[in-house]
Formats: sequence, C-alpha cells, structure tokens
Amino acid sequence: MKMGKIVSSATEAIENIHDGATLVVGGFGLSGNPEHLIQAIRDKGVKDLTVVSNNCGVDDWGLGILLANKQIKKMVSSYVGENKIFENQFLSGELDVELVPQGTLAERIRAGGAGIPGFYTRTGVGTPIAEGKEHKDFNGRTYILEEGIKGDFALVKAWKADPLGNLIFRNTARNFNPLAAMAGKITIAEVEEIVEVGELDPNNIHTPSIYVQRVVLGSHFEKRIERRTVRKAD
Amino acid sequence: MSNDRLHIVRRAVLEIEDGMNVNLGIGMPTLVANEIPENYQVLLQSENGLLGIGPYPIEGAEDADLINAGKETVTAVPGAAYFDSAESFAMIRGGHIDLAILGAMEVSEKGDLANWMIPGKMIKGMGGAMDLVNGAKRIVIIMEHVNKHGESKIKRECTLPLTGKQVVHRLITDLAVFDFTDEGMVLKEMVEGVTLEEIKEKTEASFTVSDDLKPISFKE
Repeated sequence: MKMGKIVSSATEAIENIHDGATLVVGGFGLSGNPEHLIQAIRDKGVKDLTVVSNNCGVDDWGLGILLANKQIKKMVSSYVGENKIFENQFLSGELDVELVPQGTLAERIRAGGAGIPGFYTRTGVGTPIAEGKEHKDFNGRTYILEEGIKGDFALVKAWKADPLGNLIFRNTARNFNPLAAMAGKITIAEVEEIVEVGELDPNNIHTPSIYVQRVVLGSHFEKRIERRTVRKAD
Repeated sequence: MSNDRLHIVRRAVLEIEDGMNVNLGIGMPTLVANEIPENYQVLLQSENGLLGIGPYPIEGAEDADLINAGKETVTAVPGAAYFDSAESFAMIRGGHIDLAILGAMEVSEKGDLANWMIPGKMIKGMGGAMDLVNGAKRIVIIMEHVNKHGESKIKRECTLPLTGKQVVHRLITDLAVFDFTDEGMVLKEMVEGVTLEEIKEKTEASFTVSDDLKPISFKE
C-alpha cells in the first residue's frame, strides 16, 4: 500500500502540536472521539491548550484526561455536564470556558473551515450569550453575529480512510468530525481501517482528502459508552 | 415514573401529529417517544446527527457509534438518515423541525424559557436548547407546575438566565395547559378535580382563562 498521508503512530501524528495550540476536536459525548490522539497528547504533556469540542469527555476518558492532567487552558463547548473535574477547575478559575450553543458551535467551526469569518443567527438572542455581540435585523427579526473558528490542529475520528485521507464516518460517530476536519490548519484523522486508494466509493465519501493532512490507524478502540440503555428482546 | 410525570407525557404526545419531524429533549421529553401511536409515520431527530431514532437496542446489540443527544445507546428506524452536526442544526435553525418538546426550570408569562443554567450552582451548558427554541416551528414545554419547595415554576419574569425570549408556544404541566398568544398567557385545559383557584394559587404568572376551557385530555 502507498503510504500517502499515513503516519505510523498517534505519537508521530501529534508530534508538532505545541504549547498554547488551538485544537478543534471531533466527537459528541464519548462517541466519535479520537481516543488514541488524545492519549498521545496526554503523554506528550503539551500545555496551555485551547480546545474547541462539543463536550469535554468524562473525568477519566476522552478530553477529560487532558483536563485531569491540567493541559487545557480554555475550553469552547456547548455542554460540559458530565465532568466533575471540569466544574472544579472552572469554579477555581484555573480553566477558562466559553459556552456556545451547539448549533452555533457547529456552524462556527464549519464557517471557519469554509472561509466565512462570521454569520448571523437567531440562536441566543435575548440570552446572556448575546451580550456584547453585534445585533442586526433581517425582515423584522433580530439576529446576532457569531464568528468562525479555526484551529492550529484538528483531531478527528473516522471509520474508514484511504492513504490520500478520504474519510467515511459511521452512524452518529460522525457528529462534529467532518466540521473539525475542515477547520484545522493541520487535520489529523484517527481511523479504524485504512483501505487502498480507489476502494472507497467516491459517492460515499464524507470528508474529501483535501481537508486531511495525516492519517493514523488506531488499534483496540475502547469506544466507551456513556449511557448504556437497552430493552428486553421481544 | 410518578403519576404526575406520566400524565404530562401522555398529554404531551397529543401534540405530535402523523407525518411530523420531531425533536424531543433530554429527560422527561424523551419518554414521550414511547407513547407515539404505532401507525404514525413520525421521525424523531437527534441533534447529534440522526433523523429517525428507534427504540433502545436489544441487550448485546448496543453500539457506541449510535447514540442519542442524551448519550444513550439507541437504534435507527428504517428510513433513518445520519448527518454531521452542522447539517443537524441546519434542519433545526432552518425551520425544518415541526415540533420540539423540551423540559424547563422556569417559563415566564411572555413565553420566555430558562432551562440551562443556575448561576453559581449548575454549569453544564446549553447544548442544543438555544438553537431548538429559535428554530423549530413549534415549541412545547413540559414541566411540573411547582418545584419541590412548592413554588411556582411559571413566573411573571424568569429569575434564571434565559434560553430563549418569547419562544414558547404551549406549556403542559401536571395541572394545566397554557398557550402563549399575542394577548398573553391563556389557560386552555385543567386537570379534572383541580379548581381555577388552585391553579391561580400555584401560578405566579398572570393569565387569562380561555372561553373554551376544557378538562385536560390524555392519550388512552
């Protein structure tokens, strides 16, 4: 197989992530998390990171392990309720937090990656998150200005990739990943399977290779489940 | 589930019409899914990227790559679609969701909603709630009429930070159903056996009584 953008390990993939970097990270809850890349960043020990991600993992998994290791200076998220360490660090002033409505966060990341510096939305009008933002009326309704987000690096988790970096995601593990992939100056994809160039049906590619700079094959994904809910067989 | 909560859920399901695309919030609203008539073609949207949520998986078939917005393992119905989070909120913000049923901490008589933050106590974040209340075509709130201290959750003005201003169309509690109109908050339905005086006593907000006030109806 041609190596293309494939790197041999998560450690190598994140090698040039530096102190103070802004990381845009895919995932919703613990679903679709680049778990090996996050662990490699924990092991590298880089500090003062700004992390843009919908959630912040749980205390001992996902992005929560970077928080526990005090590597994160600022979090930009929509929901952080599953993480006790987060709450403690925020209340003690160690951690800077920007809470962003989930749809606004998704669109800000997409916009950043799409070269759109800002956009207007109804979301948040009349609430604390509208304070200090430009308001503008369109057709008699008020909207607020929200800005696009870019990252020095984006970390994403995909199901399948080819060596060029074309990506396919699986089920709801897609979530923020394709958006994050667009927003990184350097986008690193951690994947479950790498196939030959030409094997992925071009009709079914979710993230075209142009957005992806590095691909790393993960082994033994833990894929932890946050809330296991089941029903009895009929 | 308490009887009061079951009653709220069984009243809330009557808001869902055949053919609708619906978003159900986390917690009590999620339970409404169990009451949707089987012959209805209703697609439930999950803001993490699924249109067409199915029942919980059979034990052993849980899939970490298939969860709902409450991070619970779910399944997808035939005809479901997966998409990314920007697409998901394009559906929401763009007015393509017919109905959202959400929970609340407080609702004001103007239809303001507070359901995401208690300053100094709860810092969890708003998730997708602010987008939903400004994007879905119709917002129905379900909650208990009073809090555990017996205080009205229906306020003249919300005391908690808002999720949205003048966004609620209908409020369903364990005692009553109210609509929010240009003329203010209107009592539409009351639980049988409850008096208007009792509702007034338990409601801080001011409201008028509809000409065709009805007893509250529940799904059988």
